[in-house]
Amino acid sequence: MSTRIQTVFAKGRPAFVAYIMGGDPDALTSQRIMNALPGAGVDIIELGFPFTDPMADGPVIEEAGIRSRKAGTTLASILDMARTFRRDDDTTPIIVMGYANPVYQMGYAAFSERAAEAGIDGAIIVDLPPEEDGPLRAEMDARGLSLIRLATPTTDAERLPKVVSGSSGFVYYVSMTGVTGAALAQGGSVAEQVTRVRDAAHLPVVVGFGVKTTERASQIAKEADGVVVGTAIVKALHEDGEEAALDLVRALADATHTAR
Amino acid sequence: MDRVTNKSWPDERGRFGEYGGRFVAETLMPPILSLEAAYEEAKVDPAFIAELDDFLTHYVGRPSPLYFAERLTEHAAKENGSAAKIYFKRDELNHTGAHKINNCIGQLLLAKRMGKKRIIAETGAGQHGVATATVAARLGMECIVYMGAVDIVRQKPNVFRMRLLGAEVRAVHSGTATLKDAMNEALRDWVTNVDDTFYCIGTVAGPHPYPAMVRDFQAVIGHEAKAQILDREGRLPDAVVACIGGGSNAMGLFHAFVPDTSVRLIGVEAAGRGVKSGLHAASLTGGKPGILHGNRTYLLQDENGQIADAHSISAGLDYPGIGPEHAWLHDTGRAEYVSATDDEALEHFQLCAKLEGILPALEPSHAIPRTLDLAKDLGSDAIIIMNMCGRGDKDVFTIADALGENIAAGTDG
Repeated sequence: MSTRIQTVFAKGRPAFVAYIMGGDPDALTSQRIMNALPGAGVDIIELGFPFTDPMADGPVIEEAGIRSRKAGTTLASILDMARTFRRDDDTTPIIVMGYANPVYQMGYAAFSERAAEAGIDGAIIVDLPPEEDGPLRAEMDARGLSLIRLATPTTDAERLPKVVSGSSGFVYYVSMTGVTGAALAQGGSVAEQVTRVRDAAHLPVVVGFGVKTTERASQIAKEADGVVVGTAIVKALHEDGEEAALDLVRALADATHTAR
Repeated sequence: MDRVTNKSWPDERGRFGEYGGRFVAETLMPPILSLEAAYEEAKVDPAFIAELDDFLTHYVGRPSPLYFAERLTEHAAKENGSAAKIYFKRDELNHTGAHKINNCIGQLLLAKRMGKKRIIAETGAGQHGVATATVAARLGMECIVYMGAVDIVRQKPNVFRMRLLGAEVRAVHSGTATLKDAMNEALRDWVTNVDDTFYCIGTVAGPHPYPAMVRDFQAVIGHEAKAQILDREGRLPDAVVACIGGGSNAMGLFHAFVPDTSVRLIGVEAAGRGVKSGLHAASLTGGKPGILHGNRTYLLQDENGQIADAHSISAGLDYPGIGPEHAWLHDTGRAEYVSATDDEALEHFQLCAKLEGILPALEPSHAIPRTLDLAKDLGSDAIIIMNMCGRGDKDVFTIADALGENIAAGTDG
C-alpha cells in the first residue's frame, strides 16, 4: 500500500475524499481545481477519467465525462494531470477512477508503469469485479499501487471476504444500490455496514454514493474512516463555478473532520 | 436435453477463449451469480423444459419452416450459370415477427421461476422490446423497455406495439441515443432495482451467463434447421449464413453446426456506408478487442479506448460490439465474417420482396447479398441455409424514406 494513503488514515480523524472528473470542463480549469483541493481540506483525491459508456454513473458524472472528452481528455492526459499536481504536493494520495476499457487499451502493465511514474497511488476500476481484476492487480501490486475494491449493499456475508481480501489501501463502501449521485434511498446509519466491512477487511472503510450535504457527510463520518463526495462537487463546478465548488469542498471537509 | 445444454463452452468463468467474462460493477455480481445458478438448475429441469417447449410450440409457432427460395436461387443461377440451392429458415414467421421471442420465453420463464416480477430490457430495432413486452404481458409481469431516442424515431411501429402490449417505453437520450445507450440505461436500472428486477438481455452479449444462456435459448433455430435439411436433402448444408448485430440469430443458427466442420458458418456484419468510410457497425471487420457491457469482445473504439459510434440503416445491427462467442469463432477461424452495406441491404430487401414475396427485415436483408455471392461461388451441387430472422413490416417507414417516398398516414405523398 502507498505510504501516502497510510499516512492519511494514521491521522485518526475521518478522511475527506473528493472526486472530480479530470479534464472537466477543460484541462487548465480542472488542473487548477485539483491543485486547490488539498488547501480546501481534501485528504484523498479521486481523479475520474472519462469513458463513453459510464454504466454505473448518473447523469451529472456522465455529462462531466462528455465535456471532458470534448476537451480532448484521454487516460494519458489524466496521468499528466497527476504528474503536474505532484510538482507541488507530495503527500495527498491520488486515486484514479473510471472504467476498464481505456486502461485495457493502454495495457495493464503500461498503465501501472505510467501511473506509478506520475505519482498516482491507486485506482478504482468500476467494472473490474474481483473475478476479473487479477491481471491488473498483479501489475499494480508489482509497482506498489493500490487497486481499491468496492463493497456494496448486495455484497453478502458469503461474498464479502472474497471482495475485501484483495483490496489494498482502503475499501470503498458504496452505501446504496444505484448509480452515482442518485437520491439516497434511506438516510439513517451506515454504522452496521461499515463495521461489517471493516471487520472483514481490516482496512479503513470510506463511504460514498449519494452523499451530497454537510449533514450527511458528518453523519457518515461518525462511523466511517472516510467520506467520498463526487456528484455534488462536479455539479457545483459546472453550475456555479470554481469558487462555489471549492466552498462546497471546504464545508464538506470541515463537516467530515469535525464529526467526532 | 441437448438443445439447451452445452457443457463444452464457455468455461466456468464465462470465457470463450479470452472473450466473455463478467465485467460489471460489484453491485451486479451477486445477482449475476444467482442468475447463473438459477439457469444452471432450470436448464436441466424437465418441468422447465416442458413449459418452454409448450410455449415455443403453441405460442411462438415452432418449428419455423425451412423454405426453398427457388426464385432467388434461379436469380443467382441466371447471373452465374449455376448456383447453390438457397434455403431460408423462416424465423420471421414466429409470433411477433422475429427470432427474438425464442429467448424472451426462456428468460421470462426463468424470471418467473426466480420470483422476479419486474422485467427490464433494452432494444434497438424494437424487435426484442416487442418480444419482451409480449411475453411479459402473457406472464402478467411489469415490463420497462429502454430504447434510444434515435431508434424510437426510426422504429415507430414497434414503439406503439410495445405500448399496446402494456410495456413502458423509456427514451434514452444519452450518448448516441441508440442500442448501446439503451443497454447502459438498462444496466443503471438494474443496479438501482436489483432486488425485484430481472434484466432480459436480447442478444448473445453482456456478462456471463447471458451470452451462453441467450445462445442456448436461440439454438432451437439451428437444431430445427439441421433436422429439416437432413429430412429434405438427406445431407448437411455446405454453409449457413446469418446477419450479425450482437449476434443472437447467428449464434442460434450456428450452434448446432459448430461440430460439423464441413458446414461453413458465415456471419454478415453491417458495413453501413462502407467499412472504409468509418461509418459502419462491423465490429469484427473494423474493431479490436476491448471491454464493454460486461464482456471482453471486439469493439469499435478509438486508440484511447473510447467506444466509437456505430452506423447502420438497421437499428438492430447498430451496435459497436458483438457477442464474445463470435469473437472466439472468428479468432479460431471456425466461422467467417463478412459485411454488407446499407445500399446492398436496401437493394436486396426489394429483390427478396419481388422474387419471393417476403418482406425481410433490414437486418436479414444484409445477409441476402452475401448468400447470393456464396450461391454463385459454390455452384449447383451446394446447399445454403440463410436465417430469415425477422420480417420487414417494422421497416417500411425507414425504407420508404430511403427510397424517397412519403407513406406517412394522412398525407398524399
